[in-house]
Amino acid sequence: MADKITVGHVHMSGCTGCLVSLADNYGGLLTILDKYADLVYGLTLADVRHIPKMDVALVEGSVCIQDKISVQEIKETREKAAIVVAVGGCACYGNITRFTRGGQQNQPQHESYLPVGDLIKVDVYIPGCAPCPQLIRNVCVMAYLLLKGNKDQQELAKKYLTPLMQLADRGTEACGCDLMYDVVNQGLCMGCGSCAAACPVRAITHEYGKPNVNREMCIKCGACYAQCPRAFFNFDVIPEFEGIMDAIDAALK
Amino acid sequence: MAGELGKYKLCVSARSSDKAILRKAQDGGIVTQLFKFALEEGIIDGAIVAGPGDEPWRPRPFIATTVEELMTASGTKYNISPQVSWIKEATRSYGLDKIGIVGTPCQMQAVRKGQLYPVGLRDVPDKIKLAIGIFCMENFSYQSVKQLVEDHAAMKLDAVKKMEIGKGKFWVYGQRGQVVQLPLKVTHKYEQPGCHVCLDYVANLADVSTGSVGSPDGWSTVFVRTKNGDDIWSKAIAAGCFETKPIEQVKPGLELVTKLATEKISKNQKTVEERAKFGVNKGLRNPYLGPK
Ligand SMILES: Cc1cc2nc3c(=O)[nH]c(=O)nc-3n(C[C@H](O)[C@H](O)[C@H](O)COP(=O)(O)OP(=O)(O)OC[C@H]3O[C@@H](n4cnc5c(N)ncnc54)[C@H](O)[C@@H]3O)c2cc1C
Ligand code: SF4
Ligand code: SF4
Ligand code: SF4
Repeated sequence: MADKITVGHVHMSGCTGCLVSLADNYGGLLTILDKYADLVYGLTLADVRHIPKMDVALVEGSVCIQDKISVQEIKETREKAAIVVAVGGCACYGNITRFTRGGQQNQPQHESYLPVGDLIKVDVYIPGCAPCPQLIRNVCVMAYLLLKGNKDQQELAKKYLTPLMQLADRGTEACGCDLMYDVVNQGLCMGCGSCAAACPVRAITHEYGKPNVNREMCIKCGACYAQCPRAFFNFDVIPEFEGIMDAIDAALK
Repeated sequence: MAGELGKYKLCVSARSSDKAILRKAQDGGIVTQLFKFALEEGIIDGAIVAGPGDEPWRPRPFIATTVEELMTASGTKYNISPQVSWIKEATRSYGLDKIGIVGTPCQMQAVRKGQLYPVGLRDVPDKIKLAIGIFCMENFSYQSVKQLVEDHAAMKLDAVKKMEIGKGKFWVYGQRGQVVQLPLKVTHKYEQPGCHVCLDYVANLADVSTGSVGSPDGWSTVFVRTKNGDDIWSKAIAAGCFETKPIEQVKPGLELVTKLATEKISKNQKTVEERAKFGVNKGLRNPYLGPK
């Protein structure tokens, strides 16, 4: 194996659920830290005060624009990291922080929270609340292959990461409504049910095979649309599932 | 081998050797038989099947953990059963560690996307132990099936014993023995719109996929695709679950499967391209190019 990549966890306004999801890879996480990545920054995890230069920044949480330090840190993250990954619904889309209006103890003036992509360019999205440990794992392995792998591995990593980069490019708003706007209204829904399976708050049911979103329940995490095969389905990657899954398993042994 | 028929290790014509399964099955009872074997051997501890729903011929995804439950789901319902909607719940409310799932080619695509990009499918990717795909030219909404059966075939839905698409016709068999056939020309307008951009006919991403096309009546064409599928299929054969014939020795054989797959994919590929210039300098989304 070639040398390791450097990774940092940047904590904005999130509940630490994303970090817990990363940790929920258990042995897999230890293998990643052992063989592929050095953790160079992370509250409670690495004893470093200032954001260092790093290959990959995993950003959790949205940014409170009334909190000067957060704003400064997110800008610094962009300067210092080669690849910025928004991990989880809050970083990607605001998620439940979209509903905050301030007035809370002990910083009542902290009332405006923006997805990271509204302040800096984000390279890769991992939506969901909490984001899925296995997707975080896959992205970490692919980021490693992209930066340190041989030519074939780099090619694969690029193809794998492309739709997650396109999601980052698509914007900072997500809602169960996306299933209507961008799938059903576009004549693309085929009734697989992936959206309902993905929803963390069970806001989606199927009526005669098509999704029905209870919008009062939707927390705007973006998992449903990203999971939908008619949001994206990349024929240059998914049909190779057997080989790719074996390779990821082998890498984490 | 790849192409229209996808990668596969083995293709045969087969039917279940269990008379009780064959009596209720749509074709050769491959799906029910293979799940039964996998359940009994502990390869899976439950399977997401399309079981009976709230109205006649309306399916709903249903988690079968016993052979009796599996049997209630056999036979094809020509309308949507959102199979994947239960895939995470199966590992939670039902506590399954080894899941079986049957579905159309698009649902197999959803399962594999879910394994490689598990955005909202925590701990699901490694628990899918047998994904059986069924061939599919198109699907219908429930209301479409209702209109086809009640308005065009003039039968009551709850008096129907079996429906089938084959030999260029939509067949409706009544409980009392009556048979009505509709030309496919009539059914086309009722198809689910999302099917018109579908680029898979024989469930290329399943572990094992099966359908009637290519094999004689009462038999099924079976593709064994993945290492995992191959492993389960060979054990089932060794246990005497299936009678098989080489696909080269049955009529109409793979030639017809290839022809239909090619027709479907090239027609829908064309639709995908036409969608790009659907409006005036404005097009419709193409999911194969990305999420934008
Ligand atoms: C919409 C649709 C279109 C089809 N089109 C073709 C075709 O063009 N050519 C072809 O050869 N075969 C087609 N088939 C497949 C064929 O009708 C049989 O389902 C297949 O051969 C399996 O039969 P069997 O005897 O092995 O399975 P059985 O033992 O009878 O079991 C059938 C299984 O299919 C599941 N099932 C039934 N309805 C659905 C549904 N709507 N969605 C998901 N799962 C379901 C049931 O849960 C059951 O487990 C189609 C099936 C469907 C649902
Ligand atoms: S995930 Fe499946 S059911 Fe949900 S919108 Fe997408 S295609 Fe339709
Ligand atoms: S409907 Fe559910 S999955 Fe979709 S954005 Fe809302 S909360 Fe997230
Ligand atoms: S034609 Fe394609 S999209 Fe439609 S139900 Fe069949 S497999 Fe799914």
